[in-house]
Amino acid sequence: MAVMSGTTAPARAADSRSPGSRRPTRRGWKVTPWLFLAVPLGLLILFTYVPVANMVWYSFTSWDGFDAVKEPVGFKNYVEIFTRPEIFRVFLVSLYYLVGAFLQLVLAMYFATVLSFSTRFRNWFKGIIFFPYLLNGVAIGLVFLFFFRPGGTLDALLGLVGVQEAPLWLGDPSLVNISLAATSVWRYMGLNFVLFLGAIQSIPNEQYEAAELDGATSWQKFRFIILPSISQIVGLSLILAVSGALSVFEIPFIMTGGANGSETFVIQTINTAFKFSKVGLASAMAVVLLLLVLLVSWVQRRFFPEEKGDLA
Amino acid sequence: MSQQHVTTTRPTRTVEPSATERMRQGFARRTRSLSPILGPLGTTLKYVSLVIACAAAIIPLVTIFMAAFKSREEYATSGPLDPPSNWFNLENFATAFVSGKMLEGFVNTTIILVVSLVGTILIGTMTAYAVDRFDFRGRRLVMGLFLLATLVPAVTTQVATFQIINGLGLFNTRGAAIVLFMGTDIIAIYIFLQFMRSIPRSLDEAAMLDGANRMTIYSRIIFPLLRPAIATVVIIKGLAIYNEFYIPFLYMPSRDLGVISTSLFRFKGPYGSQWEVIAAGTILVIVPTLVAFLLLQRHIYSGLTSGATK
Repeated sequence: MAVMSGTTAPARAADSRSPGSRRPTRRGWKVTPWLFLAVPLGLLILFTYVPVANMVWYSFTSWDGFDAVKEPVGFKNYVEIFTRPEIFRVFLVSLYYLVGAFLQLVLAMYFATVLSFSTRFRNWFKGIIFFPYLLNGVAIGLVFLFFFRPGGTLDALLGLVGVQEAPLWLGDPSLVNISLAATSVWRYMGLNFVLFLGAIQSIPNEQYEAAELDGATSWQKFRFIILPSISQIVGLSLILAVSGALSVFEIPFIMTGGANGSETFVIQTINTAFKFSKVGLASAMAVVLLLLVLLVSWVQRRFFPEEKGDLA
Repeated sequence: MSQQHVTTTRPTRTVEPSATERMRQGFARRTRSLSPILGPLGTTLKYVSLVIACAAAIIPLVTIFMAAFKSREEYATSGPLDPPSNWFNLENFATAFVSGKMLEGFVNTTIILVVSLVGTILIGTMTAYAVDRFDFRGRRLVMGLFLLATLVPAVTTQVATFQIINGLGLFNTRGAAIVLFMGTDIIAIYIFLQFMRSIPRSLDEAAMLDGANRMTIYSRIIFPLLRPAIATVVIIKGLAIYNEFYIPFLYMPSRDLGVISTSLFRFKGPYGSQWEVIAAGTILVIVPTLVAFLLLQRHIYSGLTSGATK
């Protein structure tokens, strides 16, 4: 219940600041904006900032999630993360998804470029390539469990071209992460594709005409007209790809539950917290992940500064 | 895997017809077309690559669609690429709906969807109104808090959020999902904020001269004018809630509180070997998405573009 008093605190603080200034100026009372902001800010603080603060606190304890006392243990949890190889090693799994994400961006850029030129059935192609992105994650997981299972769709397709002995796509530890990363590409490519396509289509036609007058080749058009005008969105997509690869969860959790070496850092964190009741250690893992994601975002802001301050 | 080939062969091929490329360059047309530059070979490769991409997108869905109509014996004896003998065999769908508790899933998802959407819209528009239309001390701080929150991936903080939901007594209620969907949506606030900037301030000022207070201005002028932005948020947020798995999985483990994602996920256990029933459940979840996409295509494209880049 200590949490409850935390919600109303900002609203009350705003009230106490204003009693002397109750003159209704043209801009309204000073307290008015805070009346509009009380609920949104309360929810933001309660469900984003309080958890982050608590998480940092828990990460320095050996709390199990139930005990009344939270025993402080200093940096022990963090030392454990970086010294026990089986905890940190799962980050290597992210590399598969990272490679998948780059492939996904290249494919998305290719199809966006191709479809930005006049093409027969363009809207059909666009719709079909994009549609997987809209699907429910569990449905995708089951669709691909069916696709990859022994004797499933993939094996049947391979059988058509004469491959009889197909490997266990989800059972073989050397293949499972590739299969899962491919599923992830199938799921998310459509979003990148539509975003790139939108950016390319916003390029004024005159630029192409001018380039054609100057005798530019199609590669030059791509390199000097299309690429610069979508660099912003490509930069953003790259960063989202990296932080997405670090925090992969849904696809492997739904499809394999982390079996056969497909466990990711987030699955491990969730299991540590809710299966093995080591909330302290899990919090430390979550803090490490949060710091990594923040670092990636910071790098993005360094290298792809936004053209105009959006929230000034 | 087939997609990989497409990208690797493509650039090398486009170099090949460079002689014709130069010659045809004079025929530059208004409609942006690649064919005068690429030649017939390039055009063919382009369509081949597009067809392969579409096949890769569709085949996994088509095979599970076909499996959903097969009877148990038929499923056991036929391959995944064989069409079902009877396209009107709806038995698996009935099983999925009733004993798979998909019906409860759809009811729960609808309740959560409606309440969270109303809440998100009210919260988002109020925040955008306060931040855009008032000058007050702490405005930058408030903006900063919302901005910084976009960087915190929700998936990392669940370990601690769980304790808060538990402390509020919301664990294993629909309230848990509703409150989390409402309280952690910052994208909606950005969409409203962006749109609000295009509504002229002179409207507010005119109303104020007529004696309207801030609440009236918000509810009678700003809110109705935000309708296009509200439509965008309903689409993006609605899709996200319909597809959300993690929050209901973690906070609503009770069987009666299954939403469509968690109900479908539970098929993995008891129906583990009955793929025809799992397939039917999967199709039941996909169909509403397909209908929404076909009806709202344009809005979905523009909504995602405005939501993702902010």
